[in-house]
Amino acid sequence: MSRHVVLIEDEPNIAEAIRFLLSRDGWQVDVHGEGSTAVEVIRAAQPDLVILDLMLPGKSGLEVITELRAVAEFQPLPVLMLTARGQLKDREMAEKAGVTRFMTKPFSNSEVLTAVRDLYAQAYQTAPDLGAAS
Amino acid sequence: MASLNLLVLVCLSYVALLFFVAFLADRRAARGQGSAWIRSPLIYTLSLSIYCTAWTFYGAVGYAARSGLEFLTIYLGPTLVMVGWWWGLRKLVRVGRSQRVTSIADLLSARYGKSNALAIGVTLLAVIGITPYISLQLQSITLSFSIFSEADPLRSYHETTTVFWVTAGLAVFAILFGTRNLNANERHHGVVTAIALEAVVKLLALLAVGIFVVWGLSDGISHTMSRIDASRIGDWRVDGSRWTTITFLSAAAFVCLPRMFQVMVVENEDERHLRVAAWAFPLYLLLISMFVVPIAAIGLELLPTGSNPDLFVLTVPLSQGQQGLAMLSFLGGFSSATSMVIVAAMALSTMVSNHIVMPIWLYMQGAAGASVSGDVRNVVLFARRISIAVILALGYFYYKLSGGGATLAAVGLISFAGISQMLPALVGGLFWRGATRSGALAGLSVGFGIWIYTMLLPALGGGLLPDHILANGLFGLSWLRPQALFGIEGIDPTVHAVLWSMMLNAVVFCLVSLLTFPSPIERLQGAQFVNVFEHSSGPRGWTGSVAQSEDLMVMSQRILGAKEAQAFFQRELTRQGGHGPLPDPTPAFLEQLERELGASIGAAAAHAMIGQIVGGSSVSVQDLLAVADETAQMLEYSNQLEAQSEQLSRTALQLRESNEKLTQISQQKDAFLSQVSHELRTPMTSIRAFSEILRDNGSLPQTDKNRYASIIHDEALRLTRLLNDLLDLSVLESGQVSLNMSTGRLDAVMDHAVSTALAGTGTSMLVTRTPESEAVQISSDLDRLAQVFINLIANAQKYCDAETPELTISVTCQQDQVWIDFIDNGSGVPVDYQQLIFEKFSRVSPERAGGAGLGLAISREIMQRLGGDIFYLAEHSGGGFRISLPNARKISTMGAI
Repeated sequence: MSRHVVLIEDEPNIAEAIRFLLSRDGWQVDVHGEGSTAVEVIRAAQPDLVILDLMLPGKSGLEVITELRAVAEFQPLPVLMLTARGQLKDREMAEKAGVTRFMTKPFSNSEVLTAVRDLYAQAYQTAPDLGAAS
Repeated sequence: MASLNLLVLVCLSYVALLFFVAFLADRRAARGQGSAWIRSPLIYTLSLSIYCTAWTFYGAVGYAARSGLEFLTIYLGPTLVMVGWWWGLRKLVRVGRSQRVTSIADLLSARYGKSNALAIGVTLLAVIGITPYISLQLQSITLSFSIFSEADPLRSYHETTTVFWVTAGLAVFAILFGTRNLNANERHHGVVTAIALEAVVKLLALLAVGIFVVWGLSDGISHTMSRIDASRIGDWRVDGSRWTTITFLSAAAFVCLPRMFQVMVVENEDERHLRVAAWAFPLYLLLISMFVVPIAAIGLELLPTGSNPDLFVLTVPLSQGQQGLAMLSFLGGFSSATSMVIVAAMALSTMVSNHIVMPIWLYMQGAAGASVSGDVRNVVLFARRISIAVILALGYFYYKLSGGGATLAAVGLISFAGISQMLPALVGGLFWRGATRSGALAGLSVGFGIWIYTMLLPALGGGLLPDHILANGLFGLSWLRPQALFGIEGIDPTVHAVLWSMMLNAVVFCLVSLLTFPSPIERLQGAQFVNVFEHSSGPRGWTGSVAQSEDLMVMSQRILGAKEAQAFFQRELTRQGGHGPLPDPTPAFLEQLERELGASIGAAAAHAMIGQIVGGSSVSVQDLLAVADETAQMLEYSNQLEAQSEQLSRTALQLRESNEKLTQISQQKDAFLSQVSHELRTPMTSIRAFSEILRDNGSLPQTDKNRYASIIHDEALRLTRLLNDLLDLSVLESGQVSLNMSTGRLDAVMDHAVSTALAGTGTSMLVTRTPESEAVQISSDLDRLAQVFINLIANAQKYCDAETPELTISVTCQQDQVWIDFIDNGSGVPVDYQQLIFEKFSRVSPERAGGAGLGLAISREIMQRLGGDIFYLAEHSGGGFRISLPNARKISTMGAI
């Protein structure tokens, strides 16, 4: 069974790039571009991991993570937050709200892959499969 | 024949009647009964008739017999004043009432800074000026007695003894009548009513004699007229200079005479009475002068040559055996004389006691005088009684000195001329704020001196003015001859004296007033006098807070009398609403008390007495001014402090405001940077991600490679656009943009914008325009304007969500203003966003927007730079923007065709 990730990202080109990377790594990637319906999408998809953009139309990434963490079921779910507004304040607020890891755009492809694999391994106690990328 | 005894008896009965009337009137006035009658303008008018003294009664006939109609000038002056100058009299009365003055000396003293020197001067002038007038009354009464005594062979008649007894009798009479009431400012209803009665008696007596002469001794009016023509009065010719001079003199005296001032101003009950008196008093004068000429003419005809025409009123009835009529006539003359003496003595004694005796007494008592020693009330009463006696004694001595041989009219004119010297100071004080005390003093002194030298001394003759001075001038200088000053000869002595004294008086008064500087209190009083109608009671007075009410009470009791003083203090206590035994010495109360006391003892003395108590010693004007100065300085200083503190708080507010603004700007800057960062990083993320994908995955299918490369290309363009927009905006916002202004046609600009915006885009949007409405000439930066149009058309293209997108561009031109509307058929901007769309980086739906959300912000900047504006048209169903632009001019399409 392939690992499942939900990507909440409103920039179509960035979503396209991440989907390309993660599918190549063996992930099943669901892309969603709306903040307001993000929690429902995640609830429906029951993913192993979520990648969440900070600036979203409808509802911000911070609101989404806060809502998500309020549900007991989603408390252990690893969430990687991406943002183009790389300010220290944003990072602090994101971590406070419960994101597992925080990354600033632009990133290199390998950084994203490493982060996703790490988070998955930490969450599900499996050794990171380093070989898959090469 | 009436015996002298009978005459004396009649006189005494008459006096008793007067006392009774006065007593009745006083009591009724005190009870408030019949007050309407006692306080009527009729009584006021009749009381004014004390102007008509024995001079009028006896002297007018004599005057007419000697100088024809010239006697009329004596009536003409007052008539002119009453009719033509009643507004001046009203001002005088208002001033007198508001300042509570007791006499004309008090008024002048009050006007010129409460100067005691001036008050003394005026008092002396009045006393000396009135002396001939008093003597005139003595002379007339004596003469009338002599007529009766000649017919009484049982008695040996001694003129000297008669004069003495007449004087003594009048003195006692005046003392009894005039000093019953201390408060000279309170109206003497008794005296005034008695005077009114006397006015009626003298008028009736003269009318009775006149009627007897015209209808008893002649056959009516026409017959009398022909007899007048036959007498020497018929030959009389007017002497212009004398006529004018005496008219002026009588007018001036009418205003300045102390007794006239007493009845006209001090006894005035109501200003409005003047309006009645203005016609009623001249009427009285007309009646009393009506029969003067007939009596004179018939007297001249009937009586032997050499008879004294001054006594025709008496001798004509006597010669016809009309004892009763003669007695009535005698009573009329007696009335004229007594009323004059009473009021003149009252007025003068008030002046003497207030301005001469009281200041001396106060000075002798020293600082403690006012509150500790002596009963002021008794001193004042005593001073007044002595004054009356002295004044009458002076009249007596004048009579003795002048020999009693002069005609009554001549004596009267001397008095008039002396008293009139007050006129410049009085009129100047009422109407000219620049009049000063020094001016008044100098003018009075000069006028008075000239009057004594040119009129009084020559009239007294005898030992006082040696003949050689009269003939050759003082020190042998011919230009100093009393009746030909400065070598001007050949004019009538009266005219000469009046001309010189009044002219020099007025000139010196004006000159000295101009040259000297009024003291502050003079200026204050001057303002109050001149502008009396604006502020009848103005501020002046005591700042005293240390004044002790008890001391004031003690002093007031002495002056006002215990009962009055207590009532006065009680009233004030009630007014203040206090509960203590005595009212607080507030400045208002002190001022009121000062006026109350001033009514008894004169303004200057009252001022000094209150000053002694309030300040512990006398408060000088300088002290008060020093206090006022200090207060003014402190006020100034505190005003400055207040202004500074206001300035400080204003600055603090400004600082706070600019601080807030800075914080806001800083927050805006942070938000802007954060936005810019986001907008830059987003395309960079795509570019980096896809370039790494292309780099790391060589085996990708060609279609994918192409797609990814074009994504990189698009995002790079997006970056470039963003950077261009940012630069554009920063230039616009900083104001450093240079506008390239030129004139062109709106339709041309629009053509360019539409074709540019639609070029290279796959979408097919229908653009509807109305070319005729676009025929507008505009002066603007046409490239920038096109940029705005392009932006709006491109926005419509991007956001219009209609199935077949359509954009309508319409133009309205009014005067030099043009409005261009861009309305599409989409759903428009959601209400929530309408406020935001012109802000930087605001995008309604990012997924469809190629830009960074700077287009509308830039458009707005451009439009504002061009002097126009851009708004969102919320009332349209679709998206709608309106641009307004100035400096437009509609081009006539007719002309184009």
